[in-house]
Amino acid sequence: MAENLFKVSGLKVALPDMTKKPVIGSAPMVEILKGLDFELPRHSVTGIVGESGSGKSTLGRALVRLIEPSAGKVLFDGRDITHLPETELRPLRRNLQMIFQDPMSSLNPRRTIGAIIAAPLKLNGLGDNISQRVAEALKRVGLPENFAKRYRHELSGGQRQRVGIARALALSPNFVLADEIVSGLDVSTQAQILTLLERLADEMGLTVAFISHDLSVIRRLCRQTIVMRHGEIVEQGPTDALFADPQHAYTRDLIAAIPLPEIDANWLKAG
Amino acid sequence: MSACLDISNLSARLPSGQRVLRSVSLTVQPGEVRALVGESGAGKSMIGKAVLGVLPPSVRIVEGSIHLEGADLGQLSAKERRRVIGAKAALIPQDPLTALNPSRRVGPQMTDRLIHILGWAADKADRRVRQLLDEVHIREPDRVMRSYPHELSGGMRQRVLIAAAFASEPRLIVADEPTTALDVTVQKQILRLIAQLQQEHGTAILFVTHDLGVVAKISQRVTVLYAGKVVEEADTPALFADPQHAYTRALMAATPKYTDPMASLMPVDDTVLAGLAAEIAVADHDWKPGGGTGRG
Repeated sequence: MAENLFKVSGLKVALPDMTKKPVIGSAPMVEILKGLDFELPRHSVTGIVGESGSGKSTLGRALVRLIEPSAGKVLFDGRDITHLPETELRPLRRNLQMIFQDPMSSLNPRRTIGAIIAAPLKLNGLGDNISQRVAEALKRVGLPENFAKRYRHELSGGQRQRVGIARALALSPNFVLADEIVSGLDVSTQAQILTLLERLADEMGLTVAFISHDLSVIRRLCRQTIVMRHGEIVEQGPTDALFADPQHAYTRDLIAAIPLPEIDANWLKAG
Repeated sequence: MSACLDISNLSARLPSGQRVLRSVSLTVQPGEVRALVGESGAGKSMIGKAVLGVLPPSVRIVEGSIHLEGADLGQLSAKERRRVIGAKAALIPQDPLTALNPSRRVGPQMTDRLIHILGWAADKADRRVRQLLDEVHIREPDRVMRSYPHELSGGMRQRVLIAAAFASEPRLIVADEPTTALDVTVQKQILRLIAQLQQEHGTAILFVTHDLGVVAKISQRVTVLYAGKVVEEADTPALFADPQHAYTRALMAATPKYTDPMASLMPVDDTVLAGLAAEIAVADHDWKPGGGTGRG
């Protein structure tokens, strides 16, 4: 078993630029990711940080093959999934799970929480003892069993995000993509969700790609960090080293721009 | 020196009877930045809306008063109130994209307030807006004023709204999470800009935010709010040096801090929340709505 769950080389993604589409004919392609090389080590949380438009979400979507790369190679568990057709991807999807940013829009308002968590289980042939499996999934994220009968709107923001985590982890996947999963939450709830994810990743031996715009959160949660800008990786390495001695000017700027909760009269003036 | 903004004992209710503001008192002195910090549902934006007279119709002020530059807003007719607020106060909103009309050019949206509420001549308003665009470091005022909102970046849109807010020389600006939607490097530029203009123009700011990091960098005084109730009020350096309330301390421990990762992002302890619930229950039990001044 290789040390890395993902091995990515020369990854490029191009999407049609609809703002420049002529009236007749197809839109010109714009390159979002410009040739990325990186690896995601097993049983470890890797942070992917960047500002809006850096391509961090596109990168995540390419990893779980929600979009097909235009060039390069994505090896998942030693297997080339770069251009696998959906029929061949289907059996792998169980191991490529995703937690979304906004549980309000990723949880179906018309279905109960129980039905939402049960759906991926049933799709993957785990439909027996379904209520017991759903109860276990809820328990794992610290929600009471009877939440299975509730609907999305009856839950708080933090509880909804717990449901998103429960759904992603119900299948005991190898890999979880977490895309800005705490950015809509209050700080106190954010801390709870991160502590939960930290514990579950450890207990279940998950490999996690944690996408965030917030370096402070990444500092706490992630062993490795990839810093992105304009579709390129500007710096990557162990998180400790990256904070102790950032090599790239952009990384230094990103760190310096974080307002720490401490009095510092010079902060606004500097930089 | 009399306060620029003086909110006294303000309580508000929903039609269901639920209190959303619980006897809130706070002042903003001329030329100071007062941060109003709390989590979602704390009522911090609602206080900003009450000051600007734009509370949703379902929220009823049942007690207390708001004095803006000495004028008791609750005692004024609706028309008078709009005139006073329009002349003395302005807003920097959270989301510049929704605050701007997508189908109109930016320039007229900036001069609208000056011309229609303050009664300025069009050319005077135009000159003033250009001057402010220069102050927020926009180098091509003509291009920006001719643009539609979608043609500008997020940071650029926020600059436009800051310029518009300062253009009328208000005594008070309500800044409602003005950097929450921005990238962190842009946030720093915008905070710097607000601080700079605030000092140059001597404007008082009520700065609504959920981020204690932003509070530390921009404000001189701070009010911590929970469930519509003031839990702590202090000079900003004093709050960070020695927070008095357990909730303030919990909020600080929950705030991420890259310099001290293991001692930050601590979940808020249940006993703190239970303590808050008890405090609120006591406050609600003792509270009798009296001397309501109607909508403020």
